[in-house]
Amino acid sequence: MTEIFGIPTQALFGQLLIGLINGSFYALLSLGLAVIFGLLNIINFTHGAQYMMGAFVAWFLLNKTGIGYWWALVIAPIAVGIFGVIIERTMLKQLYKLDHLYGLLLTFGLALIIQGLFRNEYGSSGLPYSIPSQLTGGQNLGFMFLPNYRAWVIVFSLAVCLSTWFVIEKTKLGSYLRAATENPELVRAFGINVPRMITLTYGFGVGLAALAGVMAAPIYSVNPLMGENLIIVVFAVVVIGGMGSIMGSIVTGFGLGIIEGLTKVFYPEASATVIFIVMAIVLAIRPAGLFGTQK
Amino acid sequence: MLEVRGLNAWYGESHILHGMDFDVAEGEVVTLLGRNGAGKTTTLKSVMGMVGRREGAVKFQSKELIKLPSNAIARMGIAFCPEERGIFSSLNVQENLLLPPKVRDGGLDVGNIYELFPNLRERLKSQGTKLSGGEQQMLAIGRILRTGARLLMLDEPTEGLAPVIVQQIGRTIASLKRQGFTILLVEQNFRFAQTVADRYYVVEHGRVVDMVANTALEASMDKIHAYLGV
Repeated sequence: MTEIFGIPTQALFGQLLIGLINGSFYALLSLGLAVIFGLLNIINFTHGAQYMMGAFVAWFLLNKTGIGYWWALVIAPIAVGIFGVIIERTMLKQLYKLDHLYGLLLTFGLALIIQGLFRNEYGSSGLPYSIPSQLTGGQNLGFMFLPNYRAWVIVFSLAVCLSTWFVIEKTKLGSYLRAATENPELVRAFGINVPRMITLTYGFGVGLAALAGVMAAPIYSVNPLMGENLIIVVFAVVVIGGMGSIMGSIVTGFGLGIIEGLTKVFYPEASATVIFIVMAIVLAIRPAGLFGTQK
Repeated sequence: MLEVRGLNAWYGESHILHGMDFDVAEGEVVTLLGRNGAGKTTTLKSVMGMVGRREGAVKFQSKELIKLPSNAIARMGIAFCPEERGIFSSLNVQENLLLPPKVRDGGLDVGNIYELFPNLRERLKSQGTKLSGGEQQMLAIGRILRTGARLLMLDEPTEGLAPVIVQQIGRTIASLKRQGFTILLVEQNFRFAQTVADRYYVVEHGRVVDMVANTALEASMDKIHAYLGV
């Protein structure tokens, strides 16, 4: 068996793959948080619950109506996105003029309520969701075995992240969004309906979380607490990347997934804390994050 | 074109405008004069719907604006260029220029804007806030000319700029006037305002206290200097 640094390549690439998978979810979730924070100035603590809701919508669709994975990828983000739009219109909207803390408290409370309701109904042991038939099996790459579904998750989430980056940084719609992030009053005085844009942006960010939830369902199973466990790490990713930076959240999401995976190989004891160690170091050296700009 | 009657405006608890009355006719350049804190900028922002609370009557082309949000007011054909210029740092020059959407036909096309401000064409891919102060002011004026708005409200367009740039802005305003734009100007630089304005309103403590036509300017000089405290 070949070895690199005394580690069997099978184990090394296996953990690298797990790191990339986790990184895909970190990137998708922190991207949504970054978009929401940029325009709404809200630290969306409900993000993990909305990710979980995405997975549950997929599970409902399959088990109650027979609608499978591919449609769930479309329907769940829209359904949870609409739920987000309702929350924004009825609650978050009242908070924009107040300190960040109020938004954080409200969304944190909502997350607890939503997770509590789901746990009450479905327990916390998790519901199985099988891999779509088109993506079962895998490829033997010689140095490792690559399950098709995992390859799909990495490629698709990368594509979604880069498309989002492209829309925000390179299109007219994105220029409205960036401008409104800087000075919403002036953008509105140019004739753009900024409140509607804010609502749709929140819906979109939440939809990204739900999309990640659907993609996660076959890997981690559908569990009311799946988001709660993930969201703390994702917030660390956002802090490291820099609050509100789009490319920052994508790069740090994947990068930290890989770092975490490699730590599992070389020093497993630290694998659960390595992200927070990185966060502490980054905060000490660059308080605005790797890609953030000091406001 | 613009009729303002009994306009009151508040920022939070503070009551800034106490019943402003003034008119701007089509094709005119009208300047609001007054000391710092008199309420000139707030007047422009109130017309645009950018203050917390406002009361009174603001009619534009005979349509009442007082209940409309600022995005709807912009769509009626009014454009605002703020004192701080409002150039977006996350947008390059071209994106800044193309940001305000067209609200009606009849705006200048980008080629005309480059003729007015040739510097902008050279710097299209630069970050908006990397331009010099004068270029930023040109960009801030240039971008609202595309939209088709017929009433332009410019808040201190010459503030902090070198004399040669001030002259260029003056020529631009004169040229816009010839093209039929209506302009409501807030200006501390009275000597600059003299070169472009048809009429002046003097604002004190959130009210219009006097109106002077440019033709009567020589005779009213002492009065104006007393108002402005210069």
